[in-house]
Amino acid sequence: MQETWIILGATSSMARALSRKLAEDGHAVFLAGRDMDDLRRQAADCTARGASLAEAVKFDARAPESFAPILDRLADQEGMLNAAVFVGSMPDQADIDADPALVDGTITDSFTGPARFLQMLAPLMEQRGGGTVVGVGSVAGDRGRLGNYVYGSAKAGFHTYLSGLRNRLTRAGGHVVTVKPGFTDTAMTWGIEGMFLVAPPEKVAADILRAVEKKKNVIYTPFFWRYIMTIIRSIPEPIFKKLSI
Amino acid sequence: MRWKSDRYSGWGRALVAEGDLARPERISSLKDLPPTPAIGARRSYGDACLNSDGRAIDMTRLDRIISFDPETGRAEVEAGMPIGELARLFAPRGWIPAVMPGTGFATVGGCIAMDVHGKNHHNAGSFGAHVTAIRMIHAGKAKTVTPKNNPGLFRATLGGLGQTGLILSATLQLAPCPGLSMKVRESRAGDLDEHLALLEASQAPYTVGWLDATARGATLGRGIVEEADHSLDPAPKEGRSKSVPVDAPRFTLSKPVVKAFNARYFARIPESGRTRVRSIADFFFPLDRVQDWNKLYGKRGFHQFQCVLPHSETATLRGMVQTIAESGLASPLAVLKRLGPERAGLMSFPMEGVTLAVDFPNRDKATALIRDLGQRTAAAGGRVYLAKDSLADGDMIRAMYPDHAKWVETARKADPDRQLETDLVRRLNLRSA
Repeated sequence: MQETWIILGATSSMARALSRKLAEDGHAVFLAGRDMDDLRRQAADCTARGASLAEAVKFDARAPESFAPILDRLADQEGMLNAAVFVGSMPDQADIDADPALVDGTITDSFTGPARFLQMLAPLMEQRGGGTVVGVGSVAGDRGRLGNYVYGSAKAGFHTYLSGLRNRLTRAGGHVVTVKPGFTDTAMTWGIEGMFLVAPPEKVAADILRAVEKKKNVIYTPFFWRYIMTIIRSIPEPIFKKLSI
Repeated sequence: MRWKSDRYSGWGRALVAEGDLARPERISSLKDLPPTPAIGARRSYGDACLNSDGRAIDMTRLDRIISFDPETGRAEVEAGMPIGELARLFAPRGWIPAVMPGTGFATVGGCIAMDVHGKNHHNAGSFGAHVTAIRMIHAGKAKTVTPKNNPGLFRATLGGLGQTGLILSATLQLAPCPGLSMKVRESRAGDLDEHLALLEASQAPYTVGWLDATARGATLGRGIVEEADHSLDPAPKEGRSKSVPVDAPRFTLSKPVVKAFNARYFARIPESGRTRVRSIADFFFPLDRVQDWNKLYGKRGFHQFQCVLPHSETATLRGMVQTIAESGLASPLAVLKRLGPERAGLMSFPMEGVTLAVDFPNRDKATALIRDLGQRTAAAGGRVYLAKDSLADGDMIRAMYPDHAKWVETARKADPDRQLETDLVRRLNLRSA
């Protein structure tokens, strides 16, 4: 069945991989982000792959006034509405330490911006009695670490938001999948030291679609991150606070 | 754009470069970049895709379809698009790349830079014959180059080893693809004469010969000739792709193992031949089902020797096959194929005749043998394929490519400071006339 997907942060390589798979299945995709030139190229790619509709739309997590026009466009579409949220920003923790104002932007991009958008979308989904929200969080949100705890805390907030939204949308026939990717082979991780077991974005996208189909609640991708994070979460705080992992 | 210091190699893994790589995901990242060699999926075997102690741009994430017209079969795609993806996406809609190399992982940019050929070269020509426009950064400016608006640059770019500028995207004229499968006729060829006769006589659009490079004496040059055409039969299900997780030990492709493997591979086909329906991917890219199969050659890697000889040089070809068989160094991967006269670019490989390709593990004996085969190719008026080469001599190569001087001139204008040179271009000193 053809459905409509809004993809926030559509220029990321994970989002690109997901949008392609959706396009090849004939769905309508709205590709939202800031780089309109790149989004238009992505829309053309999706059209050529078989999307029933592919459109670039302007979305800026820090500019909530950009949200309403997108929601109006979505409301015009018939059938189920779905959303996949890939937005987020991860400045160097050292840069944040030097300029604490960066905290606000990181949290807006990774948590409050997309949360506000989803908050506006939720009634529409409830009206139509279903649909799926895919929220991409991060393993970094499972525990605050020296290296990226501002980004991690924003993602932790987003995880909690998604959990609540799942509670709400389930009642209306909808569903929410929280996705926690480990290291993924994207522009964000290219050339960064200390990366291991890096997954290709196509693998993450395939895992996401499987989770949507099976109505999973929280997935780690690749799956073994669940075990890695179980170990990391189980380290007692008196020890953890002295570690730099 | 972030640069990553890396050790990387071509598909043969015998030559390794250390250098900085960037992998942009948006075309806009390429703006204001000083001229830098671009690399694709690194499926060329030697050092064509390496830039030691320098920078290179990995184009594999610039892999989008820019436009596709289902009426005419014209598609514009970014340079990093894998050729097998195009086949997968467009075959169900009746179109397929008109020329496909032996691996679907090769990118469109790479197929242009090497002007690759396929199993249908004798009637479809090389890849470049089906490229109608190339969008590239040439001498600092993005421009669209066509055979009409700049024939010189266009021909210098096809097979041009990336030396005329950075290829951003290309428009391809796809070929009609009536079905989702291939009907493949496999016939035994008992010796070299029979093998060449079958290749010569074949009327099929796609023809390729597998060569048992271990067979000697009366069976020298024996093999299996595959002739194929598109088919409307349902495609058999493709098996799951497998992968080679670690470098294989040295005995994996040792002489007795290869000999036994080849004998079985040959005997699989009944004497009367057989006809099978195969999927498109399975016919065109049989080795792609085993990811990282290059690891089978162990950590020292391997070389592929590929040459083309004029039809009149059958005696030279026989001598080469004999030397290879006697050396006991060949792997099961050996191919004979007929090539037509068509070559789209100034530095394109094809010439009318027969092409021979054989893989050898990277050992001293094999490198000496490959050098010898190169010399024999030169003496016979043949040509060595740069996409495979890692051992040839520059003077010899320059003499094999008749339009080399013209190409040098066009490349010089495009890149006067030689910033686009790769390890292969430097090793063979190709940018000097």
